[in-house]
Amino acid sequence: MSQGYYPRDLDWHPDAYTPQYKTSILRSPQKARIGLEGTITENTGPVFGHNMLGEFDNNLIINYAQPGESAQGERIMVHGYLLDEEARPVRGALIEFWQANAGGRYRHKKDQYLAPLDPNFGGCGRTISGDDGYFQFFTIKPGPYPWPNGVNDWRPAHIHFSVFGAAFAQRLITQMYFEGDPHIAICPIVNTIKDPDAIDRLTARLDMHNTRPMDMRAYRWDIVLRGKRSVKFDNRLEGN
Amino acid sequence: MPYAPKLKESASQTAGPYVHIGCVPTFAGLEGMYGGNDLGKTMITGAAQGERITIQGTVFDGAGNPLKDAMLEIWQADANGVYNSPEDGRPCDPHFTGWGRQPADGETGEYRFETIKPGVTLFRDGKTPQAPHIHVWVVARGINLGLNTRIYFEDEAEANAKDPILSRIEAQNRVQTLIAKKSGSAYRFDIYLQGDNETVFFDV
Repeated sequence: MSQGYYPRDLDWHPDAYTPQYKTSILRSPQKARIGLEGTITENTGPVFGHNMLGEFDNNLIINYAQPGESAQGERIMVHGYLLDEEARPVRGALIEFWQANAGGRYRHKKDQYLAPLDPNFGGCGRTISGDDGYFQFFTIKPGPYPWPNGVNDWRPAHIHFSVFGAAFAQRLITQMYFEGDPHIAICPIVNTIKDPDAIDRLTARLDMHNTRPMDMRAYRWDIVLRGKRSVKFDNRLEGN
Repeated sequence: MPYAPKLKESASQTAGPYVHIGCVPTFAGLEGMYGGNDLGKTMITGAAQGERITIQGTVFDGAGNPLKDAMLEIWQADANGVYNSPEDGRPCDPHFTGWGRQPADGETGEYRFETIKPGVTLFRDGKTPQAPHIHVWVVARGINLGLNTRIYFEDEAEANAKDPILSRIEAQNRVQTLIAKKSGSAYRFDIYLQGDNETVFFDV
């Protein structure tokens, strides 16, 4: 029988209805969600093999560039550990990321921001966590950009993450911010999260220890997925 | 003080309007990325067992407008009720991935999955059958935490009536929001984020 996962702390996650982020107003369910203690459906999930990855999937500096070229902007390495709530590594999990270019422009037909596209930057990458949960990738620091919400709202520099765990119950999408960015505190999307600690944990730290001299700075950020119950509930315990 | 785990789960943030770049880059127009193969586009990779089905639908906001920037993922058992996951442990149909990912159409908002009808799986007690169902996860701009729901099938009325999840829904008139309706050769499963017909979403 499959094991369950720790329940989500729904006060820690953003509410569905967050009117300062206007798009949520019409896209937030209004009825109570129904609690569904995990069945085998939620306690299983797809697993992707390392052999799926291309050589440069985790290098956004070159994975969309012309041969011999590279993306414009501040070269950085982002790394950390994918862990569960008991600080155990989540192994072999697919992590996907996407971002704007150094000027704050996405390679997407819906993005018409003034900043130009970088012909050598796609903005898409992926990797799979190692046996110790470690992941890393190379990119350029994305730029902040304005977005239609309030009359003068700007997103802090951020990288989007899509993370799989061992089970669909752990599936998560979030965003990583950069230490010291003054836009973090005033962003309506960041502030859908009520708890300042929760925001702090989405904020990567400059990591001079792992910065490559004369090459690229490092940012350290750990991702935490829901913890797995350590005790199996078998039929006898649950059923009678 | 009650026990607190060592770490807190990373808080969710919206997938935003450009989720396609990271998750379905070929659809987003990043030609050649990942060999031109968007992950999850194909669920049937060979002679999979079971009935081949199409599921299509639209996600609607509270004003009745389709979400043209949504992305959906589905997760389901194979025709024999086995999940393609080490956490299941039983051998799964080698020609079926169990996991699909599709963007809503950028013009119409319509999504579409080509899959097989899932088999019966067991509830947590290890003996009660769950009616054939598909887990659905919806993300989009304006959705702060991915929404979880389930697709059940109109032509499984008997199994649905006995299903341990469907039968625990107090407002039984809402169960119909989880039932895919046969429409021609496909099943239709529209998702309503708000309103009288709001889809049942689950905390999983």
